[in-house]
Amino acid sequence: MPQNWTPAQTRSLLKGLAFISPWLVGFAGFVLYPIAASAYYSLTRYDVLRPARFIGLENYIELFGKDEIFRSVLGNTVYLVVLGVPAGLIVAFLLASLLNREMKLRPLFRTIFFLPVLVPAVASAEVWRWVYNTNYGVINSFIKSWGLAVIPFISSMELAKPSLILIHVWAQGTAIVIFLAALQDVPSSLMDAAEVDGANALQRFWHVTIPICTPAILFVMLTGMIGMFQYFTLGWLLTQGGPNNSTEFFSLYLYRNAFQFFKMGYASAQAWILFIIILAFTLLIFRSSARWVYYAGESD
Amino acid sequence: MQQAEAIASSPIQNLPFTQRPLFRVVQRTLFYLMMVALGLVFAGPLLWMLSTSLKTDPQVYTVPPIWIPNPVRLINYPEALSSRPFGTYTFNTLRYGIGAVAGALISNTLVAYGFARIRWPGRDIFFIICLSTMMIPFQVRMIPLYLTFKNLGWLNTYLPLIVPTFLGVNAYYTFLLRQFFLTIPSELSDAARVDGCTELGILIRIILPLAKPALAVIGLLQFMFAWDNYIGPLIYLNSEDLYPIALGLQQFRTMFQEELMWPYMMAASTATAAPVIILYFFVQRTFVEGISITGLKG
Repeated sequence: MPQNWTPAQTRSLLKGLAFISPWLVGFAGFVLYPIAASAYYSLTRYDVLRPARFIGLENYIELFGKDEIFRSVLGNTVYLVVLGVPAGLIVAFLLASLLNREMKLRPLFRTIFFLPVLVPAVASAEVWRWVYNTNYGVINSFIKSWGLAVIPFISSMELAKPSLILIHVWAQGTAIVIFLAALQDVPSSLMDAAEVDGANALQRFWHVTIPICTPAILFVMLTGMIGMFQYFTLGWLLTQGGPNNSTEFFSLYLYRNAFQFFKMGYASAQAWILFIIILAFTLLIFRSSARWVYYAGESD
Repeated sequence: MQQAEAIASSPIQNLPFTQRPLFRVVQRTLFYLMMVALGLVFAGPLLWMLSTSLKTDPQVYTVPPIWIPNPVRLINYPEALSSRPFGTYTFNTLRYGIGAVAGALISNTLVAYGFARIRWPGRDIFFIICLSTMMIPFQVRMIPLYLTFKNLGWLNTYLPLIVPTFLGVNAYYTFLLRQFFLTIPSELSDAARVDGCTELGILIRIILPLAKPALAVIGLLQFMFAWDNYIGPLIYLNSEDLYPIALGLQQFRTMFQEELMWPYMMAASTATAAPVIILYFFVQRTFVEGISITGLKG
């Protein structure tokens, strides 16, 4: 502690630390320690029954060099993030913009668009398994009655990932609420000024509404990206990684390695790769945000 | 003057096309048609769930499908829910959910107070560290946490699901509460300090009564998380009499053969989703406000 501190400063420091002490303990025990331990395990072979054995970078070499499944896992996960996050974001933003207009029954519509996010993932998985059913699911049942070929949503390699993204797009309630709040902050004076200047509705949306909402878009994009890289429950329940590994995502493969094959070291190495990928994407988005995020408080 | 006369003589023709009444009516109608269509698409899967849960078997396998069951088979619900210990599942979820809610409220109140209402050297650095933990994927911590809990003998108990909440490890809640605490005028605390009130006293007597809406949001989010959480219980629990509803529903699924179980499966799914949806209707406003606080200031 620096010498020139006053006793009052020391007292306030102790007070502050006392209040955040639950977090300090939690951070040390449930964040810092696990991260360090996982870094160490990633350099070992560890099946829980026998003690961990140090093997250097072998797990990483195997993952990138030999593991064919891991390669498709990487591809599947990036597919899910790169298509799923923007798809969800765009749909949420459009729905929020529609809800932001003057209309009758607005609370009803808002509730309908918000409801899917409240449905627990396990129930949601069962509902969509039934919606996507090839024989009597609601979509294919209609298609059959029109004499067309059924759509093998989650049972075909090509459609399994898009079908899971569709479920994600359906459950955008949180993003919709965030966007609605941001849209209500768009100053009407600005919209009126743009209208006087001859901007049509589409131009106003593109040049006024969207720029004002970019901080909210950044927030939804970041949290969505971090969440999507960890996509687990729906994939685990609906497709179990299949057909033919087409929906084997990062967290599924990692869970399998850790808790079904008991390759704790191998799974830890995967966890670290995931961590680094998420960090890289976060930095990328933050870096680019200087160019497209508009903060009303800034003066330029 | 001339212009005014022209408008008076033929008002409609002089308006820009997009402001004419007929255009407005057509536009409005198309807008509502689109909203209704979108509403039906988004409500579709849940209506399909509800509809199937009330059908008899032959009605399930009708092509094209029927939406309104006739006859309505309400007994699907008791039959489905009694074929597995759903009462126990629910009780288990409540047990660990309430513990986790208490933990999240107590720990995050203290931590957020330390970050928002006391000025101390190093506070901002600690806060940034706290926030940046949101970026760490659970998968990185999952394996060491599992091994730690195993060594502590906590596997197959609710401790791994409850204890961390008492240590404020969910930075999202801390952030949300801190943002709320910052909006409370500091004059209130200063006056109390002059009167000789301790920080804990200020927190309990002044801040907490004002922060009820924010606390409600955190309690609700944590409870919904507990109701929804699948991977946590999947890793830490292995005996069925401890299963929460999320694992219970999956257990229920494995009992039935595909194709022959849909009304039961949908009845159980509806029953699983219903408590959260009903809770939402009671606290809708608080909830929506809470989510928007974080979004706006994120």
